[in-house]
Amino acid sequence: MRFISENLMILFASVLLCAVPASAQDNPIRIGVLTDMSGVYSDASGQGSVEAVKMAIEDFKDPIFGKPVEMVSADHQNNAATAASIARKWYDNDGVDIVVDLTNSAVAIAVQDISQEKRKIDLITGATMTTAVTNKNCSPWGLHWTIDAYNQAAGTASYLTEAGGKSWYFITVDFAFGHDTEAKASAVVKADGGTVLGHSLHPLNGTDFSSYLLQAKASGADVIGLATAGTDMSNLVKQASEFHMIGKQKIAALVTFLSAIHSLEPSGAQGITLTTPFYWDQSDEARAWSQRFFKRTGAMPDMAHAGVYSAVMHYLKAVKAVASRDADAVMTKMRETPVNDFFAQDGRIRADGVLERDMYLAVVKTPEESKGEWDLYSIVKKLPREQLFQPLSESTCPLVKK
Amino acid sequence: MAAHFSNLSTDIILGQLLLGLINGAFYALLSLGLAIVFGLLNIINFVQGALFMAGAFFAYFLLQSCGISYWWALILSPMAVGGFAVLVERSMLRHLYKLDHVYGWLLTFGLSLMLESSLRQIYGASGKRYSAPSQLRGGFDLQFIFLPTYRLWVVVVSIAVCLAVWLAIERTRLGSYLRASTENAALVRSFGINVPLLVTLTYGFAAGLAGLAGVLAAPIFQVSPAMGSNIIVILFAVVVIGGIGSIGGTIVTALGVGVIEAFTKVLYPEGAQVFIFVVMAIVLAVRPGGLFGDRMEVA
Repeated sequence: MRFISENLMILFASVLLCAVPASAQDNPIRIGVLTDMSGVYSDASGQGSVEAVKMAIEDFKDPIFGKPVEMVSADHQNNAATAASIARKWYDNDGVDIVVDLTNSAVAIAVQDISQEKRKIDLITGATMTTAVTNKNCSPWGLHWTIDAYNQAAGTASYLTEAGGKSWYFITVDFAFGHDTEAKASAVVKADGGTVLGHSLHPLNGTDFSSYLLQAKASGADVIGLATAGTDMSNLVKQASEFHMIGKQKIAALVTFLSAIHSLEPSGAQGITLTTPFYWDQSDEARAWSQRFFKRTGAMPDMAHAGVYSAVMHYLKAVKAVASRDADAVMTKMRETPVNDFFAQDGRIRADGVLERDMYLAVVKTPEESKGEWDLYSIVKKLPREQLFQPLSESTCPLVKK
Repeated sequence: MAAHFSNLSTDIILGQLLLGLINGAFYALLSLGLAIVFGLLNIINFVQGALFMAGAFFAYFLLQSCGISYWWALILSPMAVGGFAVLVERSMLRHLYKLDHVYGWLLTFGLSLMLESSLRQIYGASGKRYSAPSQLRGGFDLQFIFLPTYRLWVVVVSIAVCLAVWLAIERTRLGSYLRASTENAALVRSFGINVPLLVTLTYGFAAGLAGLAGVLAAPIFQVSPAMGSNIIVILFAVVVIGGIGSIGGTIVTALGVGVIEAFTKVLYPEGAQVFIFVVMAIVLAVRPGGLFGDRMEVA
């Protein structure tokens, strides 16, 4: 039934297109990159995301509707209100077709609401952890592409618990993101037969973490789970190594980025366990793309950079295939086409907008193992998608038919 | 709001006491500069946090670009930061001494935003790595805690510098000129003392202390543009609790705040950041001049 309705929708859209005056199609496809250019996420997305979108446009080559694809970008300053007003202006006045990146959970939720109201496509590809955008704030035209708190926590927690890390202690940043991440990881640990001994909450942008680390050490837990991110995560790891805690207890970074690991001393982050959808050295294809990215930016791509390239490419192919900019038609095409590129293999877009795919369990290399500045991860195993994603039966997204 | 008293074992108590003293010594070094500038120059020097950050970045820059080691950075970085501060004082700050506090605060706040954004532009937001020198790596296993050598070094340097500064201001002739010129600059000038120069150098010296703290902090924290703004608010609380303008009071308060903070992080971690401001509010209500601030109460 669904199959028929989707085809009808495309048919309907195509009929509509013929009726649309030529001028609407004459405008170039315009992609808006809305990201954090100067704040805590600017290394993990930021200017790198802008470059990755430029690469996608250059690689796509073909003009659409006879015109080259265009790009605009802006800094949302990690402020949901700023992001919302930029998105409104882009959609209303500047002929922007889709907004991408949307690093920062509050920004992603705000912009997805506006996109839905305007019937526009938004691709959340940044370091955006919230699962709200694929649950109660889900949109028929919104996709969550790279990572979320659920799959980051679930991947690492299930791997370590199964590998014998039966008791856990969490150091958690004291706001919604930290609490969510800890709750998800705890659930996985308990489901796999482990126990949670306790947690310490730390404020956002803390400086000294030694008190928390001391408590974590005294707990005697097998694994210390870090439900925090950004410089807080880096400082925690750095200080854990200073107090000789790494090795005796395993450290699981439940949310981390390549740029954050790169900013640590090679010996300081060694042995940290994490889950990632993408690592630049994971395959020949990934390496080739990453080397090109490196030449343009001077840094190896983080997961959000590869993610935004992959998502924009998928979008452009869909627009070309349906020969229309209509959000329904393009989104239907995107959802029915599996994602197969250097970023994801056989990725499937679910009803709630999550890109479901396999990920990788990585351990940070020791200085002896590392052959270069960016040779940071050993990929230990491929994590099957069944372990990683929130079951659709638990989703609160109204688009999921139960 | 349950306090976690069950978390307290002897090991934890000893460990937190030690960590609190370590952090407190560090706070003392940082808030000392603030206390001097406020006490002697009447400027709420908000840029102190950014100067601390700049000191750390300068050490990073020296190591990365010129191969200059940590030990030289300990001297060069405070000099560079102090030199920058002297320029700021000569060109901008000195025009504001006669105006309300809020002007000095706004200017220094603006400066700290500019410093932070510029360094973020150059080095990015994630921060940079900076290793402790090989002589100070490793540590001592005290059973209840592994004490890194580097932290011990920071405590020793901080306490030594704090004591030296306190002695210099309270017990030397130069210090007496300084204290006198804050009471009555015209009178001190009539004795043939170059008061504006004294003020400039004092400001530069206070900034140099921030620079020194920055170098000391670099191997402990990520050298990141936000490191100053994350810490400056605590420092203001230290200065206010200790008594604005009281050097000795600031040092003692900083150590106390470090210890209190370490224990709230165990007993009620959600409140660790707020608790020090609760203390500040109580002190302001009971003794508006601060615990040790007799001078302000007279004024």
